[in-house]
Amino acid sequence: MSDMVLMKGNEAIAEAAIKAGCRHYFGYPITPQTEVAAYMSKRMPKIGGTFLQAESEVAAINMVIGVASTGKRVMTSSSSPGISLKSEGISYLAGCDLPALVVNVQRGGPGLGGIQPSQSDYWQAVKGGSHGDFHNIVLAPASVQEMASLTVKGFELADKYRMVSMILADGTMGQMMEPVSLDIESTFNVEKPWAVTGTKGERKHNIVNSLFLQPEELEKKNFERFERYKLVEANEAMYEEYLMDDAEICVVAFGITSRVAKNAINEARKQGIKAGLIRPITLWPFPKAALYNAADKCKAFISVEMNMGQMIEDVELSIRCKKPVHLCCRTGGMIPAPEQVLAKIIEVNEKEA
Amino acid sequence: MKRITILAGHYGSGKTNIAVNLALKMKKDGFDTVIADLDIVNPYFRTKDSLDRLEESGIKLISSEYANSNVDIPAVPQEMYSIVDDKEKYYVVDLGGDDRGAFALGRYSDKIKEENDYEFIFVFNKYRPLTPDALSAIEVMREIEAACNMSFTAIVNNSNIGEMTDEEAVLSSFAECERLSVASGLPVLFTSVSAELYGSLIKKAENLFSLELQKKII
Repeated sequence: MSDMVLMKGNEAIAEAAIKAGCRHYFGYPITPQTEVAAYMSKRMPKIGGTFLQAESEVAAINMVIGVASTGKRVMTSSSSPGISLKSEGISYLAGCDLPALVVNVQRGGPGLGGIQPSQSDYWQAVKGGSHGDFHNIVLAPASVQEMASLTVKGFELADKYRMVSMILADGTMGQMMEPVSLDIESTFNVEKPWAVTGTKGERKHNIVNSLFLQPEELEKKNFERFERYKLVEANEAMYEEYLMDDAEICVVAFGITSRVAKNAINEARKQGIKAGLIRPITLWPFPKAALYNAADKCKAFISVEMNMGQMIEDVELSIRCKKPVHLCCRTGGMIPAPEQVLAKIIEVNEKEA
Repeated sequence: MKRITILAGHYGSGKTNIAVNLALKMKKDGFDTVIADLDIVNPYFRTKDSLDRLEESGIKLISSEYANSNVDIPAVPQEMYSIVDDKEKYYVVDLGGDDRGAFALGRYSDKIKEENDYEFIFVFNKYRPLTPDALSAIEVMREIEAACNMSFTAIVNNSNIGEMTDEEAVLSSFAECERLSVASGLPVLFTSVSAELYGSLIKKAENLFSLELQKKII
């Protein structure tokens, strides 16, 4: 009990990043993620780290590229419109094979949208979200504790595969308060022989670059990169199953909506409907195998999302359209109520008899 | 009972929850109570979340029309002047977190001090990671006082770890709160606990305040 503290999700991300050895934070305020920056501004100066409020999101992500080039753990955070501004830099990070952590505490969109929570940047996050052939590792926390643990995991995966890890949270996850154990640390560290740290006249200089003069070279680089992505897909997919052993209706939901879905599933079970949940924890790589296996046992799927239906496409692809997939959604900053999800489970259970 | 009760503190320390519960108690005790949401910082989890309960209890809420909306506008309504102008009523003022949030009070602090019928309460939660002890809490207190140009007059101990709060968590917070009291020279008005814990703790501790209305997150 004594090691527990009460934290906002945004604060948990910031403290976990510090525990993971991140000493460089560059950001720009935007609701509902500003507490990440506020927390860093208080903590970083006390531990010899760097907190810098940049002049814009674009500037902040370019500072991230700079520190990442030296092999140090570095991060930035923002919310939806700010992530769009950072997207050019995220592509450059991918093109340079640099590890970094980017946090998106999503709000409603498109455009300026609104400050209330949303999951409408799913496509942007899992399909790369910027120009060029690339992926980010995308992690979707569903509790304040996971905001902390997945931040540490994100840094480790980024280093391991020389990729950008993105924490895809939402405004509610960022703002809500829950008990957290900060008894977390990063035990995974890799050598970074590629880092630009000065040759001291002892080795050939390293180059961090995303420009390739010959198309053959760029093609070779992209092929190599996608071989690495295959390893990520094979080894790093994470998910949680809830009451799936005998489930006939498989609800798929991530982040805050998975909590709503669990409440609805518990209620459905009381009414004799065998519903279960697969909660993707990594959105890229998507837990395709778990869903594919569920398609043989379940009669239908329901994708619960706070957007107009984005993850549903990955659900359909994962199960190769073997079973019908229904959508249950809210958008614009609205959170689905357990009653809405329950009604959908009942409707689908009757329809797919 | 002072005419104006102002709650400030580190963000996330529980100011809004205590403000709403205090207002309900004051109304029950017969005071004509108004609750004023002066939070210009936090876009989520506002006093307005408790609007139904406040209205059915006959408590007036003064709040920004933008609270709980889709925009983040740090504005306060004109009606906020009634805190210092309408001396017939009792006010509970819910400030935003930290010095940033306390800034909004500066507009009214001269008149509040001039009338001199107020309690300015620092809400303390030792389970918040940036205020685990008296020393760090005093640092936040001084920043808030500088921002709003007023000095605290009392402390409320709201030490809790959310749903994991048990008797021991509350009891073990008393020592640090007492240190804060000694260091700041301010009295501890009460320790606030959930209604569930109130029943058992009342035998083991003094000066408890039961929080009837708790916020529930999914």
